Amino acid sequence: MISTALIQAADYEDANPLVPNLWEAAVAGIGFVVLLFIVIKVIAPKFEQSYQNRVEAIEGGINQAEEAKAEAAALKSQYEQQLADSRAEASKLREEARAEAAQIVSEAQEKAASEASRIREQAHAQIEADRAAAAAQLKADVGTLATQLASKVVGEALEDDARSQRVVDRFLADLDAEQQTQGAAQ
Amino acid sequence: MRGPALSSLALSAAEEGGFQPPTISETHLPEIFPWMAPWGTGFGKNMLMVILAVLLIWWLFSFAIRKQALVPSRGQFLAEGAYGFVRNTIGRDILGDKHFKPWIPLLFTVFFFVLFNNLFGAIPFLQMPTFSHAGPAYAMAAIIWITWVVLGFKLHGGKFMKLMTVPSGVPKPLLVILTPLEFLSNFVIRPLTHSLRLMAVMLAGHIIVMLCGSGAEFLITQQEGVANTGLGIAILLGSIPLYFLELIMMVLQAFVFALLTAIYIQGSIEADAH
Repeated sequence: MISTALIQAADYEDANPLVPNLWEAAVAGIGFVVLLFIVIKVIAPKFEQSYQNRVEAIEGGINQAEEAKAEAAALKSQYEQQLADSRAEASKLREEARAEAAQIVSEAQEKAASEASRIREQAHAQIEADRAAAAAQLKADVGTLATQLASKVVGEALEDDARSQRVVDRFLADLDAEQQTQGAAQ
Repeated sequence: MRGPALSSLALSAAEEGGFQPPTISETHLPEIFPWMAPWGTGFGKNMLMVILAVLLIWWLFSFAIRKQALVPSRGQFLAEGAYGFVRNTIGRDILGDKHFKPWIPLLFTVFFFVLFNNLFGAIPFLQMPTFSHAGPAYAMAAIIWITWVVLGFKLHGGKFMKLMTVPSGVPKPLLVILTPLEFLSNFVIRPLTHSLRLMAVMLAGHIIVMLCGSGAEFLITQQEGVANTGLGIAILLGSIPLYFLELIMMVLQAFVFALLTAIYIQGSIEADAH
């Protein structure tokens, strides 16, 4: 009985699935060719272009980043160079300043010393001159006073000027000598 | 054991006015616009599916790539992934870096045309894999066959026939047998297997769907008894994993079809290399 069903199925004239419907084949073929045309003209170029754009954008981005990096490195080395230069400059300036300061101090010291010695010399000279003047004055005054005193003591005997003068000189010389021996003893 | 049981089932079904198994003819649906019938056929669902596939692929990919954004949206990303899959996995890996560029559109069209037409079989209401009919499958295989044969003659001239039929490094007496075999295998059997592989898988899937549907319907609505209804429900449940198996087969067949296209073209380009 099952064979009747199979026979029934076989009764359909187009039951063989291997026999094509040519119209369907034509429509599928034409549809495929039309789609292929659309893909060639529109779709594939757009996808390829989009892909290309992205590749370029990424590569461009990488290049830009590399450039920026190189630039930054150059700037950094420049800054480091500048920093080192300015450090050297500063230390040089400091050295100079120190040397200058030392020089100024020593110059000032020298100057002060010379000034002091000059003042001291001057004072010495002044004192010497004063002393000499005083001694001369004293010498004259002492002679006169002594003569007057002696003449008063011995009367008119010593009127003779020349003689008295000699006596006074001798006395003073003795005094001098005495003073000198005293000084030597001291 | 099986024969009597089966025949008794058919017998009981026939007696109750019953179950007519769906036939191959039912995969050819009634024509939508029968006015072309005098010229051989009407405008059927199959043709509608082809046109739908063309429009759908055109619109989907044009829409997805319309902005050509450097940072793609989700749609563009998916479309680019699909395009890249055909371009790189089918195109570049098979044809090589040097030759694959001009063949991208062809491979892309083959893959997505077959894929969309196959997937129509899994979409409710459409439910019609175009390539379950032999005609469209023959047409596709023919276009690709012509492409690789023409390409081969264009690249290698008359030597192409020798390259394709005379295997190198074979003792001369054997060539008497091998040359006709190679000719048959490359020029006759190849396009047949290329198309029939696709057609048979799609048709089998389509018939399974029809069989499950009509069988379950018959068991549930026209038969008495809990056992029959339960069997019908079991068939419906069983058709769910079959549906997903079919989905896999649809994608796989599209991939295989496009992959074979690439391999045939590669065979033409480098016919002299092996």
